[in-house]
Amino acid sequence: MKIQILGTGCPKCKKLAEAAETAAKAAGVEYTIEKVTDINEIMTFGVMMTPALVIDGEVKTVGKVPSPDEIGKMMK
Amino acid sequence: MSTNCKCACGEAPKLIFACSGAADVGAVADQAARKMTMDGAGKMFCLAGIGGRVSGIMATTAAADAILAIDGCPLNCVKNSLEQAGFAEFNHLQLAELGMEKGKTAVSQDTIAAVAAKGAEMLGGGACGAG
Repeated sequence: MKIQILGTGCPKCKKLAEAAETAAKAAGVEYTIEKVTDINEIMTFGVMMTPALVIDGEVKTVGKVPSPDEIGKMMK
Repeated sequence: MSTNCKCACGEAPKLIFACSGAADVGAVADQAARKMTMDGAGKMFCLAGIGGRVSGIMATTAAADAILAIDGCPLNCVKNSLEQAGFAEFNHLQLAELGMEKGKTAVSQDTIAAVAAKGAEMLGGGACGAG
């Protein structure tokens, strides 16, 4: 599973990355996590607000930090 | 909402979708949306991304502070597109409400400004988002 965190590096982006890692570990899936910090690259996802969570190329959330439980459901 | 736009974090944008249709009123709707973006009333966003269910555009739209749909004619393509994509809460401006009739409307600075002014009034206040 490929997880991408879209954000310029603010505390919310870091919290989202932590929550996504927690969720992935709890789900027991193999994953990679990438932080996309370049605003131009972020815009290519059609995202205008950060932080955003992308799982396997699909933008799941924008502008919020879901809980690990919520992220876990998105991974199924 | 914060007015500091240095970070895209937490700044829910006001999004504008225009029909951008082939007729004169479609051109006015499109250019009014672009003018509103330049004026800072909101940010024009891609209606085609709604039609194509592009995940980033769908998620950003769902997180928007407010949405304005500008339809050039009574076919209401923007309104229908948003509704079919599951968006129920948005402001809707149809150019016929401003007396602009399909096939009989000049694509001019005056008509564009009139639509942009009405749209800005409907969205209310300033706007800020990423980019």
